Amino acid sequence: MFNFRRFFLISVPYIWLLLLFLVPFGIVLKISLSDSALAIPPYSPTFDLSAGWAGFREMWAAFDFENFLWLVDDSLYIKAYLSSVWIALVSMILTLLVGYPIAYGMAKAPEEWRPTLMMLIILPFWTSFLIRVYAWIGILGSQGYLNQFLLWIGVIDEPLVLLNTSLAVYIGIVYTYLPFMVLPIYATLEKLDGDLLEAAEDLGCSRISAFWLITVPLSRPGVIAGCFLVFIPVVGEFVIPSLLGGSRTLMIGKVLWDEFFANRDWPLASAVAVILLLILIIPIVLFQRQQQRAQEAGQ
Amino acid sequence: MSEDAEKGAVPTPAFAPWDDPQAKPLIRFQGVTKKFGEFVAIDDLSLDIYEREFFALLGPSGCGKTTLMRMLAGFENPSMGGITLAGRDIVPVPPNKRPVNMMFQSYALFPHLSVADNIAFGLKRSDMAKSEIAGRVDEMLGLVQLRKFAARKPHQISGGQRQRVALARALAKAPKLLLLDEPLGALDRKLREETQFELMDIQEKLGTTFVIVTHDQEEAMTVASRVAVMDNGRLVQVDTPERIYEFPVSRYVADFIGDVNLIEGRIETLTKDCATVVWAETMPPITAGLPQGIGAGEACVFAIRPEKVTISAERPPDAVNALPGKVLDIGYLGNMSTYHVELANGQVIKSQMTNQRRLARRAFSWEDQVWVSFTATGGLILMA
Repeated sequence: MFNFRRFFLISVPYIWLLLLFLVPFGIVLKISLSDSALAIPPYSPTFDLSAGWAGFREMWAAFDFENFLWLVDDSLYIKAYLSSVWIALVSMILTLLVGYPIAYGMAKAPEEWRPTLMMLIILPFWTSFLIRVYAWIGILGSQGYLNQFLLWIGVIDEPLVLLNTSLAVYIGIVYTYLPFMVLPIYATLEKLDGDLLEAAEDLGCSRISAFWLITVPLSRPGVIAGCFLVFIPVVGEFVIPSLLGGSRTLMIGKVLWDEFFANRDWPLASAVAVILLLILIIPIVLFQRQQQRAQEAGQ
Repeated sequence: MSEDAEKGAVPTPAFAPWDDPQAKPLIRFQGVTKKFGEFVAIDDLSLDIYEREFFALLGPSGCGKTTLMRMLAGFENPSMGGITLAGRDIVPVPPNKRPVNMMFQSYALFPHLSVADNIAFGLKRSDMAKSEIAGRVDEMLGLVQLRKFAARKPHQISGGQRQRVALARALAKAPKLLLLDEPLGALDRKLREETQFELMDIQEKLGTTFVIVTHDQEEAMTVASRVAVMDNGRLVQVDTPERIYEFPVSRYVADFIGDVNLIEGRIETLTKDCATVVWAETMPPITAGLPQGIGAGEACVFAIRPEKVTISAERPPDAVNALPGKVLDIGYLGNMSTYHVELANGQVIKSQMTNQRRLARRAFSWEDQVWVSFTATGGLILMA
């Protein structure tokens, strides 16, 4: 009985996860194994509770991997997956390159400034994400502010084509996801003990080598967290590529949307979603296992 | 003159370059002032530290001792004045180019590096050949007896071991000068005492000059060849531990180092070899050695250490100074007992007696009428 409280404490978050993650995932997985149908809902078989055990066995028998095979057959999907992962990787690196100096600057700023700087990072969240992405259309368009400005200072003679390019997608992603990179890195840099840098200098490091030898390795957990927080949602990103990217920007989020709403092929769309989830889970599991091994090796 | 006479009373240690006018100091502070904005952390300070010394900077927090050490390490520069190391001006030299290493109060061990890599860190930044580094690291690990823990990370070893890693790391580059910032502050009492002796052994073995910053006077007295007592950015007294303890130059030093009875009074008479102090109408005057720079009739403080005060039931017939009182409090410390004796005028005198026998029967008890007595040389007359 003495374990009851602990059990209760642990079970609450797990029940929460079960309800909000595993159950929807189970539904999606089930749909992905079904066949498309002209019906409401647009797939078969559907699970009929009134049919009981026999109904369940009938449904089980109708499941197949047809949709998954289809994903492999049509190169569109593989290309979309690869392109999404590539775009997510590139934007993750770009966000890191922009975000690390910002986080470093924040952590080195006088203590009384830090809340304000933190506020400025969080401030964009106060307006709708959609509006902010739309604002970039106004900035990047051929008659947009950026082109007008560049024409005015005379750097260019005719407007640049920025909108509907992958450059616009990268700009949009880096802009949107920057806080997710900055905040975890800032959190690790802010905790960094200043004595360590002085000790490194005392032992013969220049300021720059102390940064590479001490600051960078010690901010690794923040960098890794930031990279995950950017990479994972960007792989499935749908809004930014569809608003800022052209028809050539192929991302799996867009494909998913098209399958669900344009083609009304829910089973195929669900299969796309399941594969997407696997693509994201595998690197996380691998990473965690490597972390664990590193920790065990240290002991 | 009495200064010299007194000096004879304390045996001079064999190692005393500060008494040798020919000796060249390793470190010389000349008129150093350090200001942080309006705040004066170090006030026109001059100090010589000699090679092979174990030098302690002692004082309460905020007295400037840490600032002084950070100037030696190169993390702060003096606002005025000069600092030389082995005759060379080091003020413009950045910390990473100084032949000085520091052991931080927080140890500042690099958490992502193993014990061996922490020790090798400084060596890898030097021009030492790669093949020699491993040998040097092993030598340092042996010095602090941590060979078994070379592969561990700092968070996998105990506080005392971490302290030794920090020491080994700071010593690895064989600096001309090692700075120790409150090195034992984080250790518990027993470990601290052991480590103090270890530090002294290591210092003796290597012959490196050590400068230690501490607020713990016992620690300073134990390890150091000389102690500098600081207050408000100034040096109050720089001397050997024995002389700091037995011949404090001021009330501040007497009060800061160890336990002391302070009796305020006025000098009544000055003769050739002794002075008398009146301090209460109902009490006999105190006879003590000649004071420095205080004339007859001037206010003064008589300072005497508790262990120089004896308690007895009867007035000792040959005592120069004997005062009646009653026992107010007894503090039993094991090896000794502290008695608080209240004199007739309300002044409380502390006396410390070693417990040479096991306490079958206590010699004195609460409320006992006793005599406190001390010799003419037991105490010291200081400026008020």
